[in-house]
Amino acid sequence: MGVRAVLLALVLGLFSVMGAWAGDAGPSFPKATSKALGGSCVDDPATMRRHHFDFLKHQRDDTLRQGIRGAKYSLKECVSCHAQVKDGHAVPVNAPGQFCASCHEYAAVSIDCFSCHATTPQHQQQVEATR
Amino acid sequence: MSSHRIDYLAIPAWTKGWLTILAALVAAIVAAGIAVLYMEHQGHWVTGMTNQVVWGMPHVFAIFLIVAASGALNVASIGSVFGREVYQPLGRLSALMAMALLAGGLGVLVLDLGRPDRLIVAMTHFNFKSIFAWNVILYSGFFAVVGFYLWAMIDWRMKRAYKPAAITAFLWRLILTTGTGSIFGFLMARDAYNSAVMAPLFIAMSFAFGLALFILFLMGSSAALARPLSQQLLRKKGRLLGLFIAANLYFVAVQHVTALYQADRVPVETFILLQGGVYTWLFWGVQVGLGGLLPLFLVLRPDAMRCHLRAAAILVVLGGLAQIYVILIGGQAFPLTLFPGMEVASSFADGQVNAYVPTLAEVVLGLGGFALALTLTIVGASAFRILPASLGDGEDATAEVIDAEGEPLAAQ
Amino acid sequence: MSHDTTRRDLLKAAAIGAVTIAPGLTLIAPPAQARAPGQPASPTNRWGLLIDTSKCDQGCTACVDACKTEMGLPALDRPATDAQYIRKVDVRDPKTGNQHSLPVMCQHCAKPPCVDVCPTGASMKRADGIVLVDRHICIGCRYCMMACPYKARSFAHEDQTGQSAHNPRGKGCVEGCTLCAHRIDAGGQPACVEACSKEGGAAMLFGDLNDPKSEISQRISKEATSRIRADLGVDPAIRYQGI
Repeated sequence: MGVRAVLLALVLGLFSVMGAWAGDAGPSFPKATSKALGGSCVDDPATMRRHHFDFLKHQRDDTLRQGIRGAKYSLKECVSCHAQVKDGHAVPVNAPGQFCASCHEYAAVSIDCFSCHATTPQHQQQVEATR
Repeated sequence: MSSHRIDYLAIPAWTKGWLTILAALVAAIVAAGIAVLYMEHQGHWVTGMTNQVVWGMPHVFAIFLIVAASGALNVASIGSVFGREVYQPLGRLSALMAMALLAGGLGVLVLDLGRPDRLIVAMTHFNFKSIFAWNVILYSGFFAVVGFYLWAMIDWRMKRAYKPAAITAFLWRLILTTGTGSIFGFLMARDAYNSAVMAPLFIAMSFAFGLALFILFLMGSSAALARPLSQQLLRKKGRLLGLFIAANLYFVAVQHVTALYQADRVPVETFILLQGGVYTWLFWGVQVGLGGLLPLFLVLRPDAMRCHLRAAAILVVLGGLAQIYVILIGGQAFPLTLFPGMEVASSFADGQVNAYVPTLAEVVLGLGGFALALTLTIVGASAFRILPASLGDGEDATAEVIDAEGEPLAAQ
Repeated sequence: MSHDTTRRDLLKAAAIGAVTIAPGLTLIAPPAQARAPGQPASPTNRWGLLIDTSKCDQGCTACVDACKTEMGLPALDRPATDAQYIRKVDVRDPKTGNQHSLPVMCQHCAKPPCVDVCPTGASMKRADGIVLVDRHICIGCRYCMMACPYKARSFAHEDQTGQSAHNPRGKGCVEGCTLCAHRIDAGGQPACVEACSKEGGAAMLFGDLNDPKSEISQRISKEATSRIRADLGVDPAIRYQGI
């Protein structure tokens, strides 16, 4: 019994230390750059954090299969607002430390969006194409 | 009627020979796995497949194995559905091999997908107008139906289910091969494929390929396990194989002669039969000559010996691979006709014979399918009592095999 | 949202500009109405093309180049595996020597064989007749490529980067012409058509085949047109003159 209690205490102690580290680090990511919506996201951040994948997955079928455009949630708009621009070049949202990647790495989520979807905004693509 | 009992014995596992064979097979499977990782990581551009020849060597192996799978079940069906008692002791092996070959073929097919990680999508999204989607159901169902059939053969308490299971499995495999043939038969735009004869052709092919693989495994395992195998039984199988080879040749003739009669199909037939280079050579030399006429001659000899039968079975397998290569790759190599009667040229290979050169990785993946099928068969026959202890010669042979599966069917 | 509006305005301006530059040209379609946000594609439309091969020069590849730019298709210089949504086919009658050239892309069939054969339903036809690949559920089996009578589809043979924002595409999926659904939904016309009217012979006309008042419907009701492999009965939305 005694040994178990000691072990348990050790393990719990370790967890609390690790928890504290994690709390300190957290996922840090750049804030949205676009002021298109008055600096706020299409929904409140807590909802987006919790449900953005459901919104996007639902929307992708509506948009592709039914042709519904201009809906509230759109991956294209995520990229539009959240991609950083450094030295005149758009930084892919899935690059390390960027908006999408930082959280997904933190939460150990592997997503498949960006094997197909553009990781930089269209307006930035056009700007860079004309240079 | 004698009711001599047939004894089935599992292959003794963990012997030196068993381990050697299994190690070799696992090595082949690992090699196939590496080939898959390479092709999937790089993308399909490292294979011989292109936007013009979209299905390549992996599909040749996969289709061969899938077609042979349903054919391997025939031995069991002949014993149960058609009541030929000499075949009954082999029913268990027949069913096991059918499942193993199907698993090998499907493994190859699935690992060549552009997105094999999305296999779950194929299992959850069905377009019921697609023969491919139906095949997903037919293939999955095949495992269930044949698995149950095997159970009914092994477990004496299941005796009542034996006959219905046998009939279900037989009908299922006919529908399954019809479905496989229809993958091509339904391609209306491709001159080499679009034909209803594809379904019966594939059934005839399955009979021949499946039996050839079955004979090879039976001869190999009898030799390795030093279990008696009756010459008479082998000759009977040889004659059956001859019948299936003839049926295959017949449907091949129907396939090409009917196409030759249609003026718009003459160009594609000229390509396959006369001017197709490697495809013409494979068609006449390997498919018809080495894989058709020569084994037919070998098995129909009245004095056919084991070596003749073994050679015939190997030739049927080689001829079968050539046949599927000619159908699949040859059919894609011939240019699609957008403007009948016109000469065309474009940046997308319009009007040109499409080149295809299989790469090593594709072949290794295909051979991995064979290795997987053989591994599953050996492991299955080691875990369960699948193989008869003896398929001996002489008077005893007939006595032994009667009633092997319980109820003597001749009595009905 | 702001970029969408900008692009829409830009497209409208471009189309109007083209009309004023060459007011005599009948081939330039008036800009269609952009669909309201939240509205699905409607079966009351069927988008299609009319291609006059007499105006299509053999050497001209304006439509092909525009497509590659619009859809972000890279040139890896591997002709056997590089994606081509649209290609120029040169046709010659061996009996008479008569020659013509025409662009071939997805024909957006009313009865598309690619949709019939697709095991997962990834190959699909939108309500307004545009045939698309839903790459979210495409498993890369390539059966649609086997079934297509027009060789209209390509397979992404390698990892992709730098995709165009309106044409997501990635390794292991099948892809093809979308008739520029993203432009059509915004009230524009396909990039190939636009390029043909600006840089090419103005051989391509885009419009709604279901609207009897549309220019394309007016033309095909008065002039003889045909479709590639009309004998197959798949009812393509791309019509040609002079083939």
